[in-house]
Amino acid sequence: MTSTVSAPGPVALVGSRSDPPGRRSTGTRPARTWLPYALLLPAVILELSVHVVPMVVGVWMSLRGLTQFHIRDWTGAPFVGLDNYRTTLDVDTTTGRELLHSFGVTAAFTVLAVGLSWALGLFAAVLLQRPFRGRGVLRTLFLTPYALPVYAAVITWTFMLQRDTGLVNHVLVDDLGLFEDRPFWLIGSNSFVAVLVVAVWRTWPFAFLCLMAGLQNIPDDLYEAAYLDGAGFWRRLSSVTLPMLSPVNQVLILVLFLWTFNDFNTPYLLFGGSAPSAADLISVHIYQSSFITWDFGAGSAMSVALLLFLLVVTVAYLLVVNRWRRRA
Amino acid sequence: MRETLAERYARRVVLTLLVLFTLTPIYAMVSSAAKPLRDVQNSFTWLPSRPTLQPFVDIWRTVPLGRYLVNSLVVSSLAALVSVAVAIFAAFAVSRYRFRGRTTFSVAVLSTQMFPGILFLLPLFLIYVNIGNATGVQLYASRTGLIITYLTFSLPFSIWMLVGYFDSIPRGLDEAAQMDGAGPMRTLFSVILPTAVPGIVAVAVYAFMTAWGEVLFASVMTDESSRTLAIGLRGYATQYQVYWNQVMAASLVVSVPVVAGFLFLQRYFVAGLTAGAVK
Repeated sequence: MTSTVSAPGPVALVGSRSDPPGRRSTGTRPARTWLPYALLLPAVILELSVHVVPMVVGVWMSLRGLTQFHIRDWTGAPFVGLDNYRTTLDVDTTTGRELLHSFGVTAAFTVLAVGLSWALGLFAAVLLQRPFRGRGVLRTLFLTPYALPVYAAVITWTFMLQRDTGLVNHVLVDDLGLFEDRPFWLIGSNSFVAVLVVAVWRTWPFAFLCLMAGLQNIPDDLYEAAYLDGAGFWRRLSSVTLPMLSPVNQVLILVLFLWTFNDFNTPYLLFGGSAPSAADLISVHIYQSSFITWDFGAGSAMSVALLLFLLVVTVAYLLVVNRWRRRA
Repeated sequence: MRETLAERYARRVVLTLLVLFTLTPIYAMVSSAAKPLRDVQNSFTWLPSRPTLQPFVDIWRTVPLGRYLVNSLVVSSLAALVSVAVAIFAAFAVSRYRFRGRTTFSVAVLSTQMFPGILFLLPLFLIYVNIGNATGVQLYASRTGLIITYLTFSLPFSIWMLVGYFDSIPRGLDEAAQMDGAGPMRTLFSVILPTAVPGIVAVAVYAFMTAWGEVLFASVMTDESSRTLAIGLRGYATQYQVYWNQVMAASLVVSVPVVAGFLFLQRYFVAGLTAGAVK
C-alpha cells in the first residue's frame, strides 16, 4: 500500500522519476485506495464466474449422482459422497482400469511430446542465434504451425495420415518402400506415434519462441570468452546457453507440461472424437465418458482427480526448482 | 567467433529437416486445395493432375461455411475487444499501483490457465443451460455464451503481457500528465494507451486467435445456428465420403487471416514474452 492517509489531493501513481519500478512510493501523495480494486473488478468477476465458480460447482457435482435424469433439475441430484471417486478410480472395475490406462498413455505422451518440443525449439533457437541470410524467413516459417488454427492444422494431418490417400504412406510406402503393407496411422497402436508427431509439430514453435526470447538476454561476451577458451558447440551449449536459459526453461517446461497433459484438441480432432485405445489421452477420455454416459458426476470426479494430480506435480516441481535456485 | 565447417553443415542439415517437417503439412494443405476431387480420392500426388480453384467455390455450398465464418468472426472479435478492454484496466492497476492483494491477483489469474478445460466444461454447461431455463437469458448454444467464455481464456495472458508493456513505459510520462492536472483515467487514456498501441494490438490479435481456434467448448456449447468454424469444418465429411480438397481449401481460407496477423506482429509477441518473463 502506498499510503492510506485520506487527505485530499491528486492521486499518487506509483513510482516517480527517481523511483525504479517495483519500489514503494514514498507516499507523499495519498492514493485513492479503492481505485486499483475498481480497475481489477471486471477481470475478477469474469474469472470468478467462468473459472472459479464452475470449478467449485464441479467439485460439488463430483459428490452427486448427477446422471442424465438430473440434467434439468441438477440441484436435486442425490448426494453420494465419494462414490463417484470410488467407482472411477478403483482399478478393479472396468471404468477404473480404463482411466488408469488413459492416464499411463497421457503420461508417456506428455514426457515425449514436451521433451521433443523443447529439444527442437532449443536447437532451432540456438542455430538461428547468429545472423545469416534467410534467418528472418526461417523464424517466420517455424512460427507458422503455432499461428495456424488448431483445427485447420490437425485436420490437415488427418488427411496426411489417411491409409490409402495420405501423404505419409505415399512417402513411406510408395517412395521409400519402408513397409510392405500400408500401415494404419489413425487406428491401432500406430495412433500413439501419430498423435505424438502432430502434437510436437504444433507445440515446438512455442518452445522456439520462448527460447529465442530468452537467448536475446545472453550477452555475446560470454560466447566470445567460451570460444577463446576453446569451447566447441556442445560445450558452449552446456556451459553458457543452458545455464543462462534456466529461468526461461523453468517456466517453459511447466507450461508445456500442463498444456500437453490437458491437450484435448489434438486427439479429439485427429481421431474425429473416438480416440483409439493406444492414443486415449485423458481429456478426451473424460469428455467421452461424460457425454456418452451422461454421468456428469463421474466425469466431474475424474476431472477433479486430474486437477489434484496436476496440482501436486506443479507444487512438487516448484519446490524442487526453488531449492535448485537457492543452491545455485 | 568462427563456425567450423562441420558446424556449418550440421546447422544446414538440422535446419533443412526442421523446414521440411514444418512445411510438409502446409504444402499438403495448399496443394490439395487446388486439386479436383478425383485426385484426393486416389493415392496422394505431389501436384494436382489439373490445378483448379473449384474447391474454393464449392466450400461455400457444401456446408454453410459463410454462417460459420460470420459466427467465428463475431465471437472472436467481440471476445478480443472485451478481453483487451478488461485487461487494460487490470494491467494499469497492477503496473501503476501498489495495493494489498496485488501479487495474489497476478498469481491467481495466471494459475487459472493451468486448469484442465474439461474440469469446468461440464459445470459451465449446466450453469449456462440452467441460467437459460431460469431467466430466459440464452447463454447455452448462443454466441453471447461463447464470447463470455472465450474472453476469459485470453484474459490472463493478455493482462500479463500488458503489465509488461505498461511497466516499460517511463513513469515520468505519468508524472508529467499529473502535473498538468490529469487524473488516473486521463493518464491512462492520453499517456499510456497511445504509447502502448503495438502491445495492445498484439494482445488483441492473441485474444482473437484464442477464440478463433477454440474447439472443446465450441463442441458442446454451440448448436447449428451458433456453430463456429472449429466444429463446422467437420461438415465436409459426409457418411459416404470426405471432400478432402474442400476441407483443405476451407482450412486455408480460415487460416490465412490469423496466420498473417500473427506473423505480421510476431516481434511484438516476442517483446511481450520477454517483458513478462524477466519479472
